[in-house]
Amino acid sequence: MKILVAVKRVIDYNVQIRVKEDGTGIVTDNVKMSTNPPDDNAIEEAVKIKESGKATEVVAISVGEEKAQETVRKALAVGADRGILIKAEGIVEPLAVSKILQKIVEKEKPDLVFMGKQAIDDDCNQTGQMLAALLNWPQATFASKIEVKDKSLEVTREIDEGLETIEVNMPAIVTCDLRLNEPRYASLPNIMKAKKKPIEQINASDLGIDTKPRIDQIKVEEPPKRKAGIKVASVEELVQKLKNEAKVI
Amino acid sequence: MSRETMEYDVVIVGGGPSGLSTAIKLKQLDSNLSVCVLEKASEIGAHILSGNVFETRALDELLPNWKELNSPIKTKVSKEKFLFLGKTKSLSWPTWLLPSVQQNHKNYIISLANLCRWLAEQAETLGVEIFPGFPASEILYNDDGSVKGVATQDMGIDKEGNKKESFEPGINLIGKVTVFAEGCRGHLGKQLIRKFELDKNKDPQQYGIGFKEIWEIDEKNHEEGLVMHTAGWPLDNNTYGGSFIYHAENRQVFLGYVIGLDYKNPHLSPFDEFQRFKTHPAIKKIIEGGKRISYGARALIEGGFQSLPQMFMPGALLVGCDAGTLNMPKIKGSHTAMKSGMIAAESIHEHIKLNKNLSNYDDLFKKSWLYEELYKARNVKPSFSWGLILGIIFTGIDQILFRGKLPFTLKHKHADHETLKSAKEMPKIDYPKPDNIITFDKTSSVYLTGTNHADNQPVHLQLKDPNLPISYTLEEFDEPAQRYCPAGVYEVQQENNINKFVINSQNCIHCKTCDIKEPSQNITWVTPEGGGGPKYGNM
Repeated sequence: MKILVAVKRVIDYNVQIRVKEDGTGIVTDNVKMSTNPPDDNAIEEAVKIKESGKATEVVAISVGEEKAQETVRKALAVGADRGILIKAEGIVEPLAVSKILQKIVEKEKPDLVFMGKQAIDDDCNQTGQMLAALLNWPQATFASKIEVKDKSLEVTREIDEGLETIEVNMPAIVTCDLRLNEPRYASLPNIMKAKKKPIEQINASDLGIDTKPRIDQIKVEEPPKRKAGIKVASVEELVQKLKNEAKVI
Repeated sequence: MSRETMEYDVVIVGGGPSGLSTAIKLKQLDSNLSVCVLEKASEIGAHILSGNVFETRALDELLPNWKELNSPIKTKVSKEKFLFLGKTKSLSWPTWLLPSVQQNHKNYIISLANLCRWLAEQAETLGVEIFPGFPASEILYNDDGSVKGVATQDMGIDKEGNKKESFEPGINLIGKVTVFAEGCRGHLGKQLIRKFELDKNKDPQQYGIGFKEIWEIDEKNHEEGLVMHTAGWPLDNNTYGGSFIYHAENRQVFLGYVIGLDYKNPHLSPFDEFQRFKTHPAIKKIIEGGKRISYGARALIEGGFQSLPQMFMPGALLVGCDAGTLNMPKIKGSHTAMKSGMIAAESIHEHIKLNKNLSNYDDLFKKSWLYEELYKARNVKPSFSWGLILGIIFTGIDQILFRGKLPFTLKHKHADHETLKSAKEMPKIDYPKPDNIITFDKTSSVYLTGTNHADNQPVHLQLKDPNLPISYTLEEFDEPAQRYCPAGVYEVQQENNINKFVINSQNCIHCKTCDIKEPSQNITWVTPEGGGGPKYGNM
């Protein structure tokens, strides 16, 4: 069994995001980049399944600029066997990414495609679902537990009401939640080994995919500053303020 | 516990200017040498903080074609100012009356973090292995007592010291020579200096704490290439310190403040002095209407020549600020750190190829311009122990009339942890509240550093005696850790009328000030899990 895992290079979650002054986007110069956190869970789960003997190969793939290679390399350092980098400049929207992944799935013929439930930069939460539609494969989103059966997966999903367990036939798409597992650290020897693992580079245009955004981004701005809180002396005062000032009750 | 071992010709601890210059020079001397660099930050540059007005002398020697290599050294210094600040007034000091070491017209305003990232690229092109996110946590010794290498930190240990599911043991990195390039107050360098008595017959080391903020300012206030320094207010005559304001590219201003850690009043809060400094009319008018985009702090080493330890020992060398090669009157340590690394590389090359003793490092150092520079600079910092005014007068005589060649050497008398006076004897300082426009509190400042440490890991700020902060330091010095820490790591909280010392180690920005200033040397800074700490951008 082969697992394809999609990983995205995003601004590190610890970095305070700064909006460009002209509102055309966010500042990415001199900013620490990392793997999208739930994608780390996706890689970890794939590697665990391989270690349990249920999969034979884990392939990591990323779509983005040349530097996204570092993100693929990181996946290789924690156990993926080989990597694919689809080179595309600028913002690549979920639809374009899923079309690219569709092409690669047709070529690689994996049994499973894993990825994070959403990326922390655009918060779209669309790529997995769109890919499932394009491939006409079953999907299991927000997975917090995955059990590999003979020809299917039993997946526990994190939903608003609690946990939902579903069974999907393979091949399938799974998008992973942060609760799925605790990603391992890349050890020094494994980082060294990862440097020798192959990363195939393909231009998105060579796949015949147009990655031009379909959405016009009009303006990016910072959320309004939160006002300082106040202390109230009594429950009456709180109720009165909620009623008259906040107008929420 | 068995750990994997990796062997290199040279293992370098720290990916700053000194470590990376060592690595580059080694590869230039012999491309067959295997060299690795360990860096505790999540990426090169993420823990570096510096002014920085950069003198290119060492870089000119290391990579003479740096201008063709797309280096981030672009903004040439175009104008200089020096101001003495009174509480509301300021007096401009003519720059021709400044000692030549303080003239910068040939230098560049740079981000040292970006310089390091670029140096790392150059090193990697030459075949150096660089490992960010891997702190060296322990020194390994051979049976004969010589340094064998270092071990990286174990990953995945919980608060109580138990292994988590994700536990990943550290690695032993063995080198024919190990180079310690951790920067000011390296936690391994400190152990080596003690073990090999490298500071025997030297003056106690001197430190400062440096703050830096990056502001994006109004175009009309911005003058790319302008370098400005101030002395005086808000510090009193007896406290050593001053500010820098560098106008970099993209309407950015690098604004910072350095305070000697030999200050005496435990009520002094370096952070609040810096914040207050920005309210001076001469400073406020520059940043008004602008936006603060970065904040950080780091201890720096100021002892210079008199405090410089022996930099070689069996199997290992100290380079850069891990030893203390900063030139204080020049307010520069990057070119000297780089040069020390380059000299270290030469001596290592001769050691490995010709079997020469590592003490050769000292001989090469003494013949270099670095030695001459530090020698000439030696009397400036100690003269400020007489106060700002006498210090300036003496520095004028020493640096302008005698060019650092006076036939005597002033001494540093005390280590910085010995200088605090009892809290009862010293005046309390009433700092103004932050306005959140020009001045800020520690919490919102630390937020800008992107600092994070994985939770559920052992506290990396260790107390030798856990009761001492409350039983002694609070009583005697009003627990100054609450104030000297630039990140609000240390707090004294009251719980049912009982004082409790709290360490918010996840806020730590790795400045090392607590390790230096704690009056009883009760706090030891050790490496947290790899990748933790600040994520500075273009500091």
